[in-house]
Amino acid sequence: MLRFIFLRLLQAIPVILVVITVTFFLVRAAPGGPFDSDKAVMPEVKAALEAQYRLDLPISQQYFAYLGDLAKGDLGPSFKYPGRDVNELISAGLPVTAELGAYALLVALILGGLAGIMAALKPNTAQDYIPMSFAMIGICMPTFLLGPLLVLVFGIYLEWLPVAGWGDIPGDKILPSLTLGAAYAAYIARLGRAGMLEVMSQDYIRTARAKGLPEWRIVVKHALRGGMIPVVAFLGPAFAGLLAGSFVVETIFQIPGLGRFYVQAAFNRDYTMILGTTVFLSTLIILFNLLADILAAWMNPRLRAQLGESK
Amino acid sequence: MSLLNVQNLKVSFHTRNGEVKAVDDISFTVETGKITAIIGESGSGKSVACYSLLGLIPTPPGKIEGGSAVFEGNDLLQLSEAELRHIRGRDIAMIFQDPMTCLNPYMTVGHQLMEPIIYHKGVAKKEARQHAIELMEEVGIRDPDSTIDSYPHEFSGGMRQRVMIAMALINEPKLLIADEPTTALDVTIQAQILKLMADLQKKHSIGIIFISHDLAVVADIADQIIVMKKGKIVEHGDRQKIFKNAQHPYTRSLLAAIPAGTKVVSGSQSEALISIRNLNTWFGQGKHKEPVKAIKDVTLDIRRGEILGLVGESGSGKSTLGRSILRLVPITSGSISFDGVDLTELQGKDLKKMRRRMQMIFQDPYASLNPRMSVYDTLAEPLLLHKIETKKTVEQGVLKLMDDVGLARAFVRKYPHEFSGGQRQRIAIGRALATRPEFIVADEPVSALDVTIQAQILDLMLDLGKEYGLTMLFVSHDLAVVKHIADRIVVLYKGEIVEQGSGRDLFENPQQEYTRQLLQSIPGRALLG
Amino acid sequence: MTSVENTSAENNVPKNKISDIAMAEQGTSLWKDAWTRLKKNRMALFGLAVLMLFSIIALLTPWIAPYGYEQQNLDLGASPPSAQHWLGTDIFGRDLLTLIMYGGRISLAVGFVATAVALIIGVSYGAIAGYVGGRTDAFMMRMVDILYALPFMIFIILLMVVFGRNLLLLFLAIGMVEWLTMARIMRSQVQALRQQEFVEAAVSLGLGPVAIIRKHLVPNALGPIIVYTTLTIPGVMLLEAFLSFLGLGIQPPQTSWGLLISYGAETMEEFPWLLIFPGLALALTLFSLNFLGDGLRDALDVRSSKD
Repeated sequence: MLRFIFLRLLQAIPVILVVITVTFFLVRAAPGGPFDSDKAVMPEVKAALEAQYRLDLPISQQYFAYLGDLAKGDLGPSFKYPGRDVNELISAGLPVTAELGAYALLVALILGGLAGIMAALKPNTAQDYIPMSFAMIGICMPTFLLGPLLVLVFGIYLEWLPVAGWGDIPGDKILPSLTLGAAYAAYIARLGRAGMLEVMSQDYIRTARAKGLPEWRIVVKHALRGGMIPVVAFLGPAFAGLLAGSFVVETIFQIPGLGRFYVQAAFNRDYTMILGTTVFLSTLIILFNLLADILAAWMNPRLRAQLGESK
Repeated sequence: MSLLNVQNLKVSFHTRNGEVKAVDDISFTVETGKITAIIGESGSGKSVACYSLLGLIPTPPGKIEGGSAVFEGNDLLQLSEAELRHIRGRDIAMIFQDPMTCLNPYMTVGHQLMEPIIYHKGVAKKEARQHAIELMEEVGIRDPDSTIDSYPHEFSGGMRQRVMIAMALINEPKLLIADEPTTALDVTIQAQILKLMADLQKKHSIGIIFISHDLAVVADIADQIIVMKKGKIVEHGDRQKIFKNAQHPYTRSLLAAIPAGTKVVSGSQSEALISIRNLNTWFGQGKHKEPVKAIKDVTLDIRRGEILGLVGESGSGKSTLGRSILRLVPITSGSISFDGVDLTELQGKDLKKMRRRMQMIFQDPYASLNPRMSVYDTLAEPLLLHKIETKKTVEQGVLKLMDDVGLARAFVRKYPHEFSGGQRQRIAIGRALATRPEFIVADEPVSALDVTIQAQILDLMLDLGKEYGLTMLFVSHDLAVVKHIADRIVVLYKGEIVEQGSGRDLFENPQQEYTRQLLQSIPGRALLG
Repeated sequence: MTSVENTSAENNVPKNKISDIAMAEQGTSLWKDAWTRLKKNRMALFGLAVLMLFSIIALLTPWIAPYGYEQQNLDLGASPPSAQHWLGTDIFGRDLLTLIMYGGRISLAVGFVATAVALIIGVSYGAIAGYVGGRTDAFMMRMVDILYALPFMIFIILLMVVFGRNLLLLFLAIGMVEWLTMARIMRSQVQALRQQEFVEAAVSLGLGPVAIIRKHLVPNALGPIIVYTTLTIPGVMLLEAFLSFLGLGIQPPQTSWGLLISYGAETMEEFPWLLIFPGLALALTLFSLNFLGDGLRDALDVRSSKD
């Protein structure tokens, strides 16, 4: 198993390198230099700026210098806001986004997981149809539509909950977490239902029944593990999705998180900022994917054994 | 008093196509210390009857319509689910058909073994573990101290079935229901498991219900035999009565369907149609990987016009040998000549020409027909491909083939899913015959079929073999079937030929230890002769 | 279980009868069977009907839209639904129904075109990998695995930022992401089918690879592909709407449902209809596609797991 984890980590490194390289050259290939758009800048000022951002060097040297910085943990400066750098922004935004993401994931896992299991235990009854209808709504109701609607209903008409901010007024974390988690709760509910249904029809569940075990014990001890493997495998993609969703949610609720900074940077064409954040977020996603993969493999003893012995 | 007394049990299933009476008013008793066998073909209701006693059929669509089943003074059918649960796994235990899927792959074997005793008797974990280890030893699992912490996938099929048996016995039940417990196993393993069950039954003096589709399997062990057909009991009685003096025509047809007798071989020997020399077929060769040697240095002649039986257990390479001859798997070395033509070198058009002359019939008639092609499309494809018929005459050709294999012409536009297993196998045989081949590889063609259907298909194959003048390689795990149909028999073990000879020679005077072991494993030898 | 082995009855059929195949009992192909099942699923039929309606409207928009696309009425400003403007107007006094119709053209087009791109690339890639097998297959699928690990959402945003918001680029970018899953599904289908005995039977009959793919593999792999295609379209539409909402997708003067929702969200306190109606249009379309996809999955009996 350790070997498997190590090998997967080794495989992740070239992927991360590809991401860094592609992003770097994509950004450099962008039409127009970063200082072209500004009003007439005096040539010597421009040269000084370019020297500061190493734009005067040949591109290959820029690339390796950038890699060197990355290795030291320096994600680069901002073009637009001299004096600020990507590391600073990340350390400001990441805790907020991480908290938001964690709440949303919790919402998704608890709501979605419970709904999926409930539905699978009594298929084709009200206990199945009702949560699954909500799941369908959750899937068809994109974050950027659900967010404003929730704000409209609970914030503006009912005035129950604050409509913006993060950690300023009590209760202002509820709507963003719900908005972000809803779609994934829906996916998890559907995946969980399918997984549990599949497992509950297996022969070994019949064996467990023949042993005289009560139904709850069969579900918890015999079915849950197999039934939840698809959900666990989905956590990797879900994480990437949550991150993208946080762009929207942080914009709607004006939350000072990474996502909002990223979208702003994209608007401002703050190239080094985008470059730095992209590299950071990509690495995060790749690592989280890895984690989900390892977890899913670890949950299946057969796979675990295969991974243990094969190269 | 009987251990279990079932009276007038009725179970029905309410499906989209209306109500199906799966079990229609049956009564039987099971005695302590006796084995009661329930025999029937698929759909006879034999499993439903037993499952419904323990509340293990899904309701809906299933429904117990009436009857009683008295076990130790309680009517099982009247008990609540909670009361029934206390009996399941404690007083009445079960073993199922497929040990590969019946154990939870996510839990260690020991955990699953200990579960019933911990749950029902509140035994401490440590004690339960000790008990489990002892029981594993008793059912013949080696090194139970260490294997108890293994997962099911680390066990072979036979060993898993031993685990299932141990799990069923751990609470010392009074009644054991075994649903086709040996059907998924190799014949030598089957013999071991049957012996184990008979031994344990005597030692612990429990009552057993043994459900099977195969009369031969229960011939050695059953005390009582119940024969079911379409939800009804058609006959029941003690073993001697059923085997020696069956009254009901259905029971007789079941007995007749057990392949018996040795094919009488005409003395004349023709020349070899197929000569295999030093054939090797290996799989999965890589730089660092040891290849799986499915076929090891096999040399064999198949004579023109003969039916050569190829016998072996799973993993013996018997299917691979057939497929190697037909060039369906790449061979590693050696030569195969067909009527003087070296098959191993053929490519493109020449290969296609040879393919016309040799065909294959597969084991699983559900997988061997393209589900999206009608009978007409399936049979017309080879006729047109090899220009045996033209577009104008192909219809006649298809209908002729359907006549030959005994399928009604009216079915020509139907699709495979609309046929039964036996009918599908007839279509598959028709497709193989379409190219007018000289040689056919039949890979377990009847092992997926019910016994009575099995006999019909075997007869059909014998008839068509004569009519078309076929040479046949008949691959099977079932010695009785092979003995019945083959002129000569080859025994394959781990990719090598162990022994070959005529059926009579092989059965009366086996030369090799493995052959002897195989012969001794054939169920029901004593009663069936 | 249901059909009975009836050799005796079969043999009663006169053998010399004129062989008029048209007289034979009609069989039910699996496609026909699936269609019968789909017809019983009301939600799926509803989805199909809505989709067809929306597609027709989208095709005919330039001729049937109540107002011109660029027709403004600044004096009117944002007005709630009325007899003249069924769904109201936006802050420039443009008719919202007209905007939604034009936006739908773009949204649906992105959904269908990008899915088509994914379908073509994914199916051929997966079919080749699955059919050729061996090292080629291992290499091809390794590539897919690596691409899978890339954070595409962020890449697409990056592309939009760097190269400007370009519809064609959007099609390509989304199509490039979605083909991966399609390739995996097709490959696992082809691989599973190749091991089926009926394909072996076709080989032993002497059929060539092209005929085997065309007659035996493709018709059997089609079910899961159809289902997945139906479920990919809503995913793609969602992606476009997401990008447009962030201001990184469709660019004015063009519009799409995502963009309309984005504008609507900004002014929802005063003019909620500007959020609700485009939102409704998008949600209804997504519902229809998902219901249709689920219905097809049940009807074609495709297993629910993705690989």
